[in-house]
Amino acid sequence: MKAVITVLGKDRTGIIASVSNLLYQHGVNILDITQTILSDMFTMIMLVEIGQDSEYNVVRDALLTLAGEMNLEIRVQRSDIFDAMHRI
Amino acid sequence: MLNASEILQTLRMIDQNKLDVRTITMGISLLECVPGPVEGLYDRVYDRIVRQAEQLVPTGEQIEREFGIPIVNKRISVTPAALLCAGADPVRLGRALDRAAKAVGVNFLGGFSALVHKAMTRADEALIRAIPETLATTDVVCSSVNVGTTKAGINMDAVRLMGEVIKEAAARTADQDGFACAKLVVFANAVEDNPFMAGAFHGVGEGDAAINVGVSGPGVVKAALEECRGEPFDVVAETIKRTAFKITRVGQLVAQEASRRLGVPFGIVDLSLAPTPTMGDSVAHILEEMGLEVTGTHGTTAALALLNDAVKKGGVMASSHVGGLSGAFIPVSEDIGMIQAANRGTLTLDKLEAMTCVCSVGLDMIAIPGDTPAETISAIIADEAAIGMINQKTTAVRIIPAPGKTVGDSVVFGGLLGEAPIIPVHRESSRDFIARGGRIPAPIHSLRN
Repeated sequence: MKAVITVLGKDRTGIIASVSNLLYQHGVNILDITQTILSDMFTMIMLVEIGQDSEYNVVRDALLTLAGEMNLEIRVQRSDIFDAMHRI
Repeated sequence: MLNASEILQTLRMIDQNKLDVRTITMGISLLECVPGPVEGLYDRVYDRIVRQAEQLVPTGEQIEREFGIPIVNKRISVTPAALLCAGADPVRLGRALDRAAKAVGVNFLGGFSALVHKAMTRADEALIRAIPETLATTDVVCSSVNVGTTKAGINMDAVRLMGEVIKEAAARTADQDGFACAKLVVFANAVEDNPFMAGAFHGVGEGDAAINVGVSGPGVVKAALEECRGEPFDVVAETIKRTAFKITRVGQLVAQEASRRLGVPFGIVDLSLAPTPTMGDSVAHILEEMGLEVTGTHGTTAALALLNDAVKKGGVMASSHVGGLSGAFIPVSEDIGMIQAANRGTLTLDKLEAMTCVCSVGLDMIAIPGDTPAETISAIIADEAAIGMINQKTTAVRIIPAPGKTVGDSVVFGGLLGEAPIIPVHRESSRDFIARGGRIPAPIHSLRN
């Protein structure tokens, strides 16, 4: 399934590296990535492909753990919700 | 591919503006439970519900995790219980419903109901008379009674009875400010696929089971209107429509996913704006954002009419099947802005009645003095049913005569049910009016002025 990962937090080194390394370890393919700094806040949005639907909870839990460790806000959501809300 | 501003807008709606799916409600027909010995009815009903709804809560929670959208409630609606009750004990049936709901982990089950808009069967009357005891001795069962329709008129015998039932339900739960009454709705033109409590039931025109979803999001609409302060109403209406479309699309998505995973047909999405007592989740604050100092002042009915209509127009295109109550709810105790307006005395019972002419339901979660006579409550129900009957819309009364309390006091139910100041009612009697009984005939459908 396709999912959108949103990462928000105070800018620091290693955010992209940590998130993408975790995704690599779980075999998650990054399809698109956009990143910016908005008033000192690191904002990254990734579109990823999670191979097996059953892997979703594992990947999500791992990302939420990472968020706690790095003091970031990380959200994982199936991309369908954005398509539904913003596309006719 | 990625559109960052759209994604961040969605996150803002969820995090800051409290966008959520208010309920996934599984409708379950219990008609197949009727054949067989009466003694076994209670177990057959319990088994039917538990078998059908076993996966409802875990499925809802998984959808919540995957889409990142809160699904606040998972609930069940069942066939109006009066249809199963012939020869049975309604209170025992209510307790079986309560046990089944708790076994599958839902927070409310609706359908301890009777449809008596023209007349009552013996089973209907037995069930209605059992409502106070049932609601007082169960935790999650909700009850509703339909006393009128546009096609049949108003059953004034049932209206009279419901005044007494509400008083008794309050008395039996006096130590909880009459909490049983918060689980009891008196309808006119009740709908068969409403996913919202306390009035949900699974109508006889429905199939074996259905998934109905209620969306919410007053905070999202309020936030959108903050962007167009001072603009004409054309802009206000367009803004609400656009926002309602987005909200409803989330509901449609969740409904389809739940339907697919549970193997239960998708019924409807209910487009209602359902407030909660938390700040930033208020329908009253939307009306005030339109330019009213306090909800209840002059202009409130017009503001609510615009809101209710624009929500429907925006939502209809976003869902393949729209149903339920669809509109804006105005439950006083469940809306922080309504609570504030009632506390100021600006929002009165008479103004609320006028507002029900243009909103989705009716007099909802209103606390009145505990010494209000049963016939006054019946008369309030009759007025509300008349508005529904003549205007071909659903209206309802969920009113709490709080035992031992009077104007100046308030009741506190907690959670989504919130708290409410006691609102005054007219002290002049309606006794002789209600004592007449009989039926108010169905209205004429032409010469509409």
